[in-house]
Amino acid sequence: MRHRQAIALLALVGLFVALYLWLHALGFGGAIKCGAAGGCETVQTSQWAVFLGLPVALYGVVGYLAILMVALAALRPAALTRSNWNVMLVSLATVGVLFTAYLTYLELFVIHAICRWCVGSAVIIAAIWIVSLLSLRTPAPRIDPAASQPRPDLRV
Amino acid sequence: MNRFYVVVGVLAVVLAAAVFALLKTGGGASAAAAGPPPTVVDDGFRGYTLGSNTAPVEITEYLDYECPVCATFATIQIPTIKEQLINTGRVRWRFRDYPLPIHKYSRFAAHAAQCAGAQGKFFEMQDQLFYHHQWAQTGKDPAALFRDFARASAVDLTAYDSCMEKGQFAARVEFSRQEGEQRLVDGTPTFYANGTKLFTNFRRLPNSDDFKAVVDSIAAVRH
Repeated sequence: MRHRQAIALLALVGLFVALYLWLHALGFGGAIKCGAAGGCETVQTSQWAVFLGLPVALYGVVGYLAILMVALAALRPAALTRSNWNVMLVSLATVGVLFTAYLTYLELFVIHAICRWCVGSAVIIAAIWIVSLLSLRTPAPRIDPAASQPRPDLRV
Repeated sequence: MNRFYVVVGVLAVVLAAAVFALLKTGGGASAAAAGPPPTVVDDGFRGYTLGSNTAPVEITEYLDYECPVCATFATIQIPTIKEQLINTGRVRWRFRDYPLPIHKYSRFAAHAAQCAGAQGKFFEMQDQLFYHHQWAQTGKDPAALFRDFARASAVDLTAYDSCMEKGQFAARVEFSRQEGEQRLVDGTPTFYANGTKLFTNFRRLPNSDDFKAVVDSIAAVRH
């Protein structure tokens, strides 16, 4: 359960990072806040900031939202004992990590500029991935069915 | 479990407020550099030049940094013109600013190039502005991007920031624009060869061969 809670919180933070970058890509707000090192505008206005006709940040919004929804769904009492939710979280996080690895490669070796927000998102998705892998190794909490059944001797 | 959902809710509200604040306060182009100055002063500056001071032909180009034709000319034709005419001592090329009022950030871009020029990096900054011309199509405030361009041009950013903030060269850019107006510049780019307006038949994108022909014809008259 702790793993799923951690994934939900990380995905929530990642969602807002991606949301900020996406809204900026849509033209909301002024110049991007990027710190003294800069680089965000270079990355955001490069030709690689658009993937299959859509801003890259939008994929981040959708991806983090999906992870958040799945993590919250996996935290329902009925889902807590089922480990297939963990597999679903690992799958989503793996897709996110691979996409992020591709984007980070572009930043480092093609665009030659680093965007702090992208680095932040990369750290978050990497953390989600690691936590989701750890959740696979942790056995699901056992709930004794007898505990929720009325005792036979109390039946009327 | 309930406490967890309270944490999620509070975190969501805090993050939403943070994103809103970031979007609302996101820096931007300083008005001093992006707009016309209150007064226009002639500081004696007549544009950066490429080529020999003794070249027999001087081409003056009035340009607008947001204009796509100017960017195409700078990236496609200028390299050949440099090779064939400027580096061979036949032509001196003079760059003058003519920011068009329909372009929101062209004056700001011209100012950024002048701030870089104050540090001896005018041509590096001009290349950045023209070779990464996507900024002109987004309509977004390019202040942070131009700062990245300045960094890539090896410009000292502290001096650059100060120059942009106070609009140090706003009067210079406006003086150049008014000079162009007096010379009947009717669009960008507009070219003059030794003071005579070229390509007056509404042709906006001459190529390197056109300039070679102009320079050859001037040379032929002189001989």
